[in-house]
Amino acid sequence: MHEMSLAKSMYEIVEETARKNNARKVKSVQFELGALSHAEPDALSFAFEVVAHGTIAEGARFEIIRIPGKAWCVPCGRTVDLPRLGAPCPECGGHQLAVTQGDEMRIASIEII
Amino acid sequence: MCSTCGCGEGEVRINDIPLHDHEHSHDHDHGDYHHTHRHVHAHDHGHAHHCGHGHHHHDHPSLSEASRMVEIERNLLERNDAVAQENRRLFQDRALFVLNLVSSPGSGKTSLLVKTVEVLKKDWACTVIEGDQQTQNDAERIRATGVPSVQINTGKGCHLDARMVRKAMDNLSSLSRGLLFIENVGNLVCPAAFDLGEAHKVAILSVTEGTDKPQKYPDMFHEADVMLINKIDLLPYVDFDVEQAINYARQVNPAIKVMRVSVTTGEGMDEWCDWLIACAEKACQVRDNDIDALRKRVADLEALLKQQ
Repeated sequence: MHEMSLAKSMYEIVEETARKNNARKVKSVQFELGALSHAEPDALSFAFEVVAHGTIAEGARFEIIRIPGKAWCVPCGRTVDLPRLGAPCPECGGHQLAVTQGDEMRIASIEII
Repeated sequence: MCSTCGCGEGEVRINDIPLHDHEHSHDHDHGDYHHTHRHVHAHDHGHAHHCGHGHHHHDHPSLSEASRMVEIERNLLERNDAVAQENRRLFQDRALFVLNLVSSPGSGKTSLLVKTVEVLKKDWACTVIEGDQQTQNDAERIRATGVPSVQINTGKGCHLDARMVRKAMDNLSSLSRGLLFIENVGNLVCPAAFDLGEAHKVAILSVTEGTDKPQKYPDMFHEADVMLINKIDLLPYVDFDVEQAINYARQVNPAIKVMRVSVTTGEGMDEWCDWLIACAEKACQVRDNDIDALRKRVADLEALLKQQ
């Protein structure tokens, strides 16, 4: 359940940003999560709720922005869609793929009052 | 897990000494939230209405204020990655070749390390950082070979992070010019996300597991640079297809280097140890080149000063 560690890191960034901006309350968190990243959206959402309990971010709406996976296919010489690690190139069916997008775990923004 | 915040740090111990320095805050500051209750809600239920009991759903004056968006764009792992980079610099400065060994529980990581350090210790300084939820057992197995070992106990934690390794390095201040093996917690999921500052992650897959492990746990095999197929002496007795396992691993990571070993018979250990020695020699060479470049720079600067 490494999502708990990730949620803790998320809370630290959210809390620090909220404090610097003199927020009284964090209303929502916009979070970019790549399709090929190391976190499960529901587990992360739940873990954040637990970590934020009793804090300035308690009850904040957790909005996940999914970022699709992309990879550079060496034989095709172009970027292709990669829905999951280990999936073949949709064009040539090969696996000579280098991930170029989709491993993001990034806090995009927060909404505060 | 830390009982206050659930952060998973509460029970981390290094050589049985608690780590819990709690850099993060438990400051449950509810701010002005309590003090914005200027009007009385028509709540029939008789409990005191404290923060967190569903106010978000009410049309509450304090929450109807205009909200503002603050752009952040920060990576969740930025702290871990920053400490991992510090570790990497430390390892380079000390000419250490560092591996992060990851696998399911029971793949034979510790036995492999015991055998490996027995071979290498004649010529190389070797050290092992052991990660387990509980017990000093693995560190004791390593120490029995005469090689130093630091045990990190993660308590309820499911992986090592860069900060734990940095703290463990405090116990290894004299270690230089050699090999450092970090045996992660037996877990094919969580350790994939956490850079410790290693040169390579090495995923160990034993033939008593399923051939399709690389398909089932693609994150780890994608992050690893090396896959060791262990317990190959048992191949006649198990239903494990080595070539298919390699194919599966290359589907998630076409560049993964594969070696086959048996700790029991010693088969493949030469290839593994030769690779380790070549990498350790390279780490020393890189450091020597850095030192030579620094010496040359110092000499150049001193010459420049004399001219002044």
